[in-house]
Amino acid sequence: MDIINVNPTRMQMTKLKKQLVTAKRGHKMLKDKRDELMRQFIELVQENKRLREKVETELEQCSSHFVNAGAVMSKKALDSSLMSSKQQTGVEVSSRNIMSVDVPVFSSVNQSPNEGDIYPYGFAFTSFELDDAVSALNMLLPDLIRLAEIEKSCELMAAEIERTRRRVNSLEHVMIPRYEDTIKYISMKLEENDRSSRTRLMKVKDMLLDKAHNYSGKYS
Amino acid sequence: MAKSIAIIGDSESIKGFGAVGMELFICDDPSSASQLLKQVTDGDYYAIIYMTEEIFEASSREREKFAERAIPAIIPLPGVRGNTGIGQKRLSSFVEQAVGSDILFKN
Repeated sequence: MDIINVNPTRMQMTKLKKQLVTAKRGHKMLKDKRDELMRQFIELVQENKRLREKVETELEQCSSHFVNAGAVMSKKALDSSLMSSKQQTGVEVSSRNIMSVDVPVFSSVNQSPNEGDIYPYGFAFTSFELDDAVSALNMLLPDLIRLAEIEKSCELMAAEIERTRRRVNSLEHVMIPRYEDTIKYISMKLEENDRSSRTRLMKVKDMLLDKAHNYSGKYS
Repeated sequence: MAKSIAIIGDSESIKGFGAVGMELFICDDPSSASQLLKQVTDGDYYAIIYMTEEIFEASSREREKFAERAIPAIIPLPGVRGNTGIGQKRLSSFVEQAVGSDILFKN
């Protein structure tokens, strides 16, 4: 029996009982938190998986477009046409709170001149494969940002779930049994003390009565 | 607050991303990846840092300290040399950490 090293007194027992109640309430709350976190995590991670597969296949297509463009254009021309981007892509960062986990929310702020003006080069000296590649990449951009957001959220939530699970387990399997055992130990000890003082009193009473009335004939 | 997006990788893989407005950090030698990452993360200027898979693997130690922070989000992407499956592996490691076993990719 794993018990806390305390004095077996009534006051200690009351204190421990209060702590036990708190521990049980904390355990219940943490368990609820873990379950809800888990539910949201599973949802998020499934979306993450879907999105990652999509992004990876589309990126592959993009790179093949770029390879094609590189094949028909000189490397120098390709590099220089991609160099001066008109677009400035940034993200507005805010945060969302999922069960006490702060996860980032990215919303893209696109400072491109207009929708059709995503190409950072003139069309005269470049191949159409390059146009395909750039437009495909541009279409993929929102998904890329969403992927970053979700994947970071999954990372943070996984860590939090692990922490919460450890806490729940330590409360459930270590702290609460220890409190319960200690309380039981104290109450048993108190009862034992009670019984021993009762027998002692009975014994004393017998001795006193014997002394007064001389039942045993010892005192003549 | 508005922050930028950075991408680190070999020049072949990432040059296209410059056209859509990301900031390129060319790193053709994976052994200098962690040095570059330190430079990129200095000053908290980027909210998202994409990396090609080789760079992602080469900088694992430097990345660790950002695991607990909301930004920057460091995300691996396949480069021109093809997909090595690091992204999926990372995802299943999250599931394993949270659930205890990999329930998403097992089947």
